[in-house]
Amino acid sequence: MAKITMTVNGKEHSGEAEGRTLLVDFIRGELGLTGTHVGCDTSQCGACVVHVNGESVKSCSVFAQACDGAQIATIEGVQNNDGTLNVLQAAFQEHHGLQCGFCTPGMVMSASELLKVNAAPSEAEIREWLKGNICRCTGYHNIVKAVQSAAATMAGAAQAAE
Amino acid sequence: MPKDGGIGASVVRREDTRFLKGKGRYTDDMNRPGQTYAYILRSSLAHATLNNVDTAAASAAPGVIRVFTGEDITAAGLGGVPCGWQITDKHGDPMKEPLHPILAVGKVRHVGDPIAVVVAETYEQARDAAELIDVDMTDLPAVVNMRTAETSGHQVHEEAPDNVCYDWELGDKEGTDAAFANAHHITTLEFINNRLVANPMEPRCALGDYDENDEHYTLYTTSQNPHVIRLLMGAFVLNIPEHKLRVYAPDVGGGFGSKIYHYAEEAFVTWASKQIRRPVKWTADRSEAFISDAHGRDHVTKAELAMDAEGKFLGLRADTYANMGAYLSTFAPCVPTWLHATLLAGQYTTPMVHARVRAMFTNTVPVDAYRGAGRPEATYLLERIINKAAQEIGLDQAEIRRRNFIRTFPYDTPVALQYDTGDYDATLNAVMETADYAGFEARRAEAASRGKLRGIGLSCYIEACGIAPSALVGALGARAGLYEAATIRVNPTGSVSVMTGAHSHGQGHETTFAQVVSDALGIPADQIEIIHGDTDKIPFGMGTYGSRSLAVGGSAIVKAVDKVVAKGKKIAAHLLEAAESDIIFEDGQYKVAGTDKAKAFAEISLAAYVPHNYPIDEIEPGLEETAFYDPKNFTYPAGSYLCEVEVDPETGKVEIVAMTASDDFGNIVNPMIVEGQVHGGLAQGIGQALLENCAYDEHGQLVSGSFMDYAMPLAVDLPNFVVETVEGTPCTHNPLGVKGCGEAGAIGSPPALINAVVDAIKGYGIDHIDMPATSLNVWTTIQNASAKQAAE
Ligand code: FES
Ligand code: FES
Repeated sequence: MAKITMTVNGKEHSGEAEGRTLLVDFIRGELGLTGTHVGCDTSQCGACVVHVNGESVKSCSVFAQACDGAQIATIEGVQNNDGTLNVLQAAFQEHHGLQCGFCTPGMVMSASELLKVNAAPSEAEIREWLKGNICRCTGYHNIVKAVQSAAATMAGAAQAAE
Repeated sequence: MPKDGGIGASVVRREDTRFLKGKGRYTDDMNRPGQTYAYILRSSLAHATLNNVDTAAASAAPGVIRVFTGEDITAAGLGGVPCGWQITDKHGDPMKEPLHPILAVGKVRHVGDPIAVVVAETYEQARDAAELIDVDMTDLPAVVNMRTAETSGHQVHEEAPDNVCYDWELGDKEGTDAAFANAHHITTLEFINNRLVANPMEPRCALGDYDENDEHYTLYTTSQNPHVIRLLMGAFVLNIPEHKLRVYAPDVGGGFGSKIYHYAEEAFVTWASKQIRRPVKWTADRSEAFISDAHGRDHVTKAELAMDAEGKFLGLRADTYANMGAYLSTFAPCVPTWLHATLLAGQYTTPMVHARVRAMFTNTVPVDAYRGAGRPEATYLLERIINKAAQEIGLDQAEIRRRNFIRTFPYDTPVALQYDTGDYDATLNAVMETADYAGFEARRAEAASRGKLRGIGLSCYIEACGIAPSALVGALGARAGLYEAATIRVNPTGSVSVMTGAHSHGQGHETTFAQVVSDALGIPADQIEIIHGDTDKIPFGMGTYGSRSLAVGGSAIVKAVDKVVAKGKKIAAHLLEAAESDIIFEDGQYKVAGTDKAKAFAEISLAAYVPHNYPIDEIEPGLEETAFYDPKNFTYPAGSYLCEVEVDPETGKVEIVAMTASDDFGNIVNPMIVEGQVHGGLAQGIGQALLENCAYDEHGQLVSGSFMDYAMPLAVDLPNFVVETVEGTPCTHNPLGVKGCGEAGAIGSPPALINAVVDAIKGYGIDHIDMPATSLNVWTTIQNASAKQAAE
């Protein structure tokens, strides 16, 4: 057991973790942030995606101890400060990009990084980017639409700000 | 025009907000004070005698509280996992129904069969300790192939010497034989319907919590039907009366059938929490889900279609082997029989149909309903053999169907169903128009110029949803009624709480059911709360599967609303000093007909709870009504799907160029959600046809036991879909006129896709390819056919 500290959604958290404890189990168990999900044991489903130091990571594929001192962002920290859905979340709702909601946190965390690195992704680019996130409910059609729509909204907002 | 937020409006889903913020409440998110963790040691062998299970070292391991084996379960006198449906075979005898123990005793019968459970302070400690359990087993030959199971000489269960659970038939055998004797042409097709794993993204989880103060149990579980679990587990396994058992299925991360069934783990954690006087939680990891969730499909069929010279169908024969796996899961026996053979008329007037189904025990994971459950298998059978027939007699695939469509309703099929309504030309015309069927040959030629083989495949499905009239299913062997219940609680200030026995695990009931109630009561949807998934809060319920939620659960809600309005009219008549028969209720107002006198819905609810001026001699205070709705018939959604593919002959890779769905779901409450349901069904149907295959080797080892080997459809594997619903023929026997839409996509798409692939590669003399049409499968099929052509 070792004590580790990380900044999660802007707040500092400490907890105990064994050497073998995965980041996802630490986030869910020790920190009680259950929005990050576990959908597989082979690092394929992406239900567990969080951001570690700004990059999307499958939190089932890293040890908690390896993230000592890291900046972590989880789905719980994505919404706007006033508690409303941010642009990407709102687009998922608007375009019915979720059904059971289990894959959704990972989808949102993955897609938000995509929009950071590619402000106007094509359909093919979105599908390619999200191939590490499995959704069994939606058939991806509406997820793709949601990401495209969020990109357009963000571009519109950026243009308006100029 | 739909009213704002009412029936027909694409209202965005209210449940999304919590899911999008990471605030969903899934079972594994629940934790109870003092909670312990269970790890299940499962058999690594498919078939073996269990000689001894030595738990001494594990029991002494750090953090371990207790280790349980099958002997503990036997000693405690617990029942086996019950089966909810009894099939009577063709001789009038009941199916073979061997014990399905909570933990294996004496023998293990499939890889994944649970042998022992370690309960410890942490999950890691439980898992570590399980490695110290010494299991002495003697390997036995496994029965894996259901086609040879009968004559294999080995037995999964002593009760079934030839491994046959039942040999069943439906339809007029002699009449069908006569139809074949008079046929101008007979088409024969032998095929497999590949075994699948449902794989909802949330693995199963169960948390049992016994409270010794009032001898009360709570089970938190990933279930599609909490009341059914309470009934099966309480009455048949643990002997707990209903009032001492709460089953709570909070947010559930997808089900697709696999979370209908009562599973051993649910009974175990509930029972064990009493044994150790602490809550016990078990969460499957994905590898465990692969060997413990009920699988789906897995049929091998020989079908024959008899036609006259014009391509009119005269008769259909189907002889199917259906894999039950090692034990009978909750609904398993009814899937290949009453949910499959009864659909073999399809959209067609085939006058004679005969089906034989042999259900086989094998040393594999139990098989039960998966999205569509029997109906995808029936549709695949019909829609494949029709295309093969069309190919053989040189008729267009749309034309042969048109020549055989049912056009008068109600229609009694030769396989026990009565279709109430439908318009199959409408969906066929729509899909052909939308997908530009007429322009296909030009696209084929263009693709050929690029070295690609383009094909187009049609499928016209029908399904029976809204399961089901209780008396009917009772006669067919169901050990339960299949009605649905709802309570409408109108609160004093006029807001409404709706308790429904349907369960939402992705379907969006919190939104759509609120639309239904908003429409009926004329109050805004935000005044309406939908409560589901908790046996303590909801009067009763049979849950959600078989596209029944709106058709049956929604109808129960409508019935309860009607009762509320009827009572409200009495109160209004009193307050408005009018005759009750003069009160009309519309737009949220109780009005005296022909006058401007009216009372708002909320005024009446307040009067019901503050009955100062009230017809107290005539009616009770309060405004809360419960209704049970038992459907009069199944509902019959139907549609036509067209799939267009391009095959690369060099690699065998199939690319879906277009997938177009045209459905008749009757009336529609929320078009956005309906479209989403079709998308999801299409993805699973395409998954079955193109990618997914649950494979066992000859020793009964599951070869495709993780997402590394079992190909789940990814975003890159699927196209955008074109989904449309036609004006439609509303269901004639439920108050909403709805039919159900949850399974259509998974039913209609596999044959459309395979028909398209066969159409693309028919130039090699190919007239069939089994699912999944992976690159390897297509490439090999082309190679073999080319070699054969060269040799001829
Ligand atoms: S849980 Fe991390 S990828 Fe599946
Ligand atoms: S919404 Fe259910 S898995 Fe994606």
